[in-house]
Amino acid sequence: MVKDISKLRKDFPILDQKMNGEPLVYLDSAATTQKPKQVIDAINNYYLHDNANVHRGVYELSERATNQFEQVREKVRKFINAKSEREIVYTRGTTDGLNMIASTYGEAFIHEGDEIVISYMEHHSNLIPWQQLALRKHAKLKYIDMLDDGELDIEDAKQKITSKTKIVSIAQVSNVLGVINPIKELAELAHKCGAVMVVDAAQSIPHMSVDVQDLDCDFMAFSGHKMLGPTGIGILYGKLNLLDKMEPMEYGGEMINLVDLYDSEWTDVPWKFEAGTQDIAQVIGLGAAIDYLNEIGMDNITQYERSLVDYALPKLLSIKELTVYGPHDPEKHTGVISFNLDNLHPHDLATGLDMEGVAVRAGHHCVQPLMKYLKTPATARASFYLYNNKDDVDRLVDGIIETREFFKNGTI
Amino acid sequence: MALSNLDNLYRQVILDHSSHPHHHGHLENTNYDTTMFNPTCGDVLKIEVEVVDNKIKDIAFSGNGCTISQASASMMTDTVINKDVSDAIRIADTFINVIVHPGEYKGKDLSILEDAETLTGVAQFPARVKCATLAWKGLKKALLSNNGTGVVGQVVHHEDD
Repeated sequence: MVKDISKLRKDFPILDQKMNGEPLVYLDSAATTQKPKQVIDAINNYYLHDNANVHRGVYELSERATNQFEQVREKVRKFINAKSEREIVYTRGTTDGLNMIASTYGEAFIHEGDEIVISYMEHHSNLIPWQQLALRKHAKLKYIDMLDDGELDIEDAKQKITSKTKIVSIAQVSNVLGVINPIKELAELAHKCGAVMVVDAAQSIPHMSVDVQDLDCDFMAFSGHKMLGPTGIGILYGKLNLLDKMEPMEYGGEMINLVDLYDSEWTDVPWKFEAGTQDIAQVIGLGAAIDYLNEIGMDNITQYERSLVDYALPKLLSIKELTVYGPHDPEKHTGVISFNLDNLHPHDLATGLDMEGVAVRAGHHCVQPLMKYLKTPATARASFYLYNNKDDVDRLVDGIIETREFFKNGTI
Repeated sequence: MALSNLDNLYRQVILDHSSHPHHHGHLENTNYDTTMFNPTCGDVLKIEVEVVDNKIKDIAFSGNGCTISQASASMMTDTVINKDVSDAIRIADTFINVIVHPGEYKGKDLSILEDAETLTGVAQFPARVKCATLAWKGLKKALLSNNGTGVVGQVVHHEDD
């Protein structure tokens, strides 16, 4: 039974409250999403009934916890269409996953003179690990240019990705501009040159159907908390043959076959990357989030968010003195929209909206190089998800107009 | 309407300072300076001070930021110019403390803050406390630096809370 998307707001009790005397409109899902009762209940139930350490006990309770923990791996595999559940590594989040690739795969396979190719729209978590790896290895970090509307310049990508390139790492969706990048095409370019394709899927996985085999990417990292799940859990997908070649990033319990006094032998992928007690409850919460998303259907979610963007973009574009960054074509957009009012810092705009109960993000969104590219120190950003509706868009638009008037006249 | 709350934060004098900031720019003779970053928003604020005979002879700020941080920097320069260094630091400490621990200052005389007293209402807007205190922390950092050139500073979340 497919869930009716217009009726699921009641699953998110947090949305039913007031901020500064006004009903809350939550438009910061690109930072973190709210959690449905089903996810919260799954975590509660685990602690109430099933808590034990996994992979250790020979008793029934531990067996039950282990089964639930490992079943989520299969759920994730299916969700992104990986070949094997052994290609699914639990991490703390996207940042953790990307750092893991840079400091294990990168450490082993990047050498002096090699090239790493990223873009100006990368989140700091998909930039600093590569920048620092390049510095350590005396490799070259290259940035793919952007077109005027904020799309990736694929012609420039063809120039920048060369036979010296060993890693291409790109966000599938920009967390500031909402643009969708052509990962499949980039992966082809990378593979032609013998490079691996890494995908930062933090902003795409929650909003669209993603198929790692179809994209033919080599690694993909994403976070549970941006897809209705809890914080503290993320996924690193990697092709099995690549994960096999990588050294573990952390050492400790549960990642070994054999420990001798002076040497040790690692266990198999993916467990060799999961040292110590994992975030078991969070894994189970992520499983519940995937169930919830599947019940609605990822294509339905994409379509619903597009209808919100379809409704919001023309309204925002019609506001005098408002600059909207990124493509103005809703087809090229996820539910992430960045904007600025002329002559007003986005912090002031965000405070105005907060007084109206509308929660948006203001700042550089952890993408300082992109801000330089856009020639602005910061932007305001509204990001929509499946629990938002057209009333929320109206409240945003009204709030922007009223804030503009306040700062123009010094009062309401 | 909830937006009327904005009046409590953005008083006219604050809007005036932000649209026409005082002492904005650079000094010719700087012996103390520092650059402050507000890492949550990317704002950068540079403070330059000319100290002669232990007195702030001149002061300037530059960089970009929101209405609150720009107004606060402008008011800070007005308040501390021509003051002894030790007095300036005492005023900066008072300003920061009033905003971080407003309860302790209820009913107290805050006239040493001059115009900047109007900014103390920012205490009701916790998300903006860092914007208001940036310039004052920068002033302290510049004046307290050992070598007189200041060190690159940063707003630290737990600082002074």
